[in-house]
Amino acid sequence: MRVPRVVVDVVLKPEISDPQGQAVLGALGRLGHGSVRSVRQGKHFVLEVDGTPDRDELQQIAETLLANPVIEDVELHLPGA
Amino acid sequence: MRIGVITFPGSLDDVDAARAVRLAGGEPVSLWHADDHLEDVDAVVLPGGFSYGDYLRAGAIAARAPLMHSVVAKARSGLPVLGICNGFQVLCEAGLLPGALTRNGHLHFRNRDQALRVERADTAWTGSYTAGQRIVVPVKNGEGRYVAAPADLDRLEEEGRVVVRYVEGNPNGSLRDIAGVTSADGRIVGLMPHPEHAVEDLTGPSTDGLGFFTSVLTAVVAA
Repeated sequence: MRVPRVVVDVVLKPEISDPQGQAVLGALGRLGHGSVRSVRQGKHFVLEVDGTPDRDELQQIAETLLANPVIEDVELHLPGA
Repeated sequence: MRIGVITFPGSLDDVDAARAVRLAGGEPVSLWHADDHLEDVDAVVLPGGFSYGDYLRAGAIAARAPLMHSVVAKARSGLPVLGICNGFQVLCEAGLLPGALTRNGHLHFRNRDQALRVERADTAWTGSYTAGQRIVVPVKNGEGRYVAAPADLDRLEEEGRVVVRYVEGNPNGSLRDIAGVTSADGRIVGLMPHPEHAVEDLTGPSTDGLGFFTSVLTAVVAA
């Protein structure tokens, strides 16, 4: 039986500048990919969870540890959702 | 006067912080991150370094270390706490100080002697200075860019919670040149620059940093 997997994406809030993303954008320009207009870098977590994933608990996990709500937003992706 | 200095896995400046405490006239007490209960100390210093290798976010794992539960609880009831560099990042991650520290705007690690203006000389850690005083202490960080939402920055300025500000050049792109902030009660202070590296003529650019460590001795007696 497959263990349910939950994916949590953590991205910087739109108003927080992302110098790493800007450096990637600059490199893409040098590689000739001038069509890329912006890059925002984030984090991608894959959690394997026993039993049925509880959305509230996962939201709490995401907001209290995986992300810093001062500067980051989270996107939860539950199986079958 | 017993001043605790916490060592996390990856702390680098705990020995220098303890030395600064001793030179200021306090008794440094080594504390270990994995202990459950905080020893009987009059104040706590969270030193610089790369706790837990900066995994997840700088200071994020250290902020949830066992000892930090007691530190957070006692800090909320007035225990003076100073966070330097990585220690500042830990205090922000623990929710004891507002804002967050992010990757330097220019993406480079910056290591130099830095001029600061002391904005608040009435916190537990800055009473030995005068408001407006210029001091020079080392700064060394890769993720020292202080950020917060514009409304939060306005509130911090209104409440006078910016303790030290970069002058003569901002080393990391910190918003509004903020180098350090304090809690509403002035007992908790966090800053990115390193006052513990400026306590002796032999090794520092000045002895300007010693004031942080002498200040708390007075603050504890007054409390």
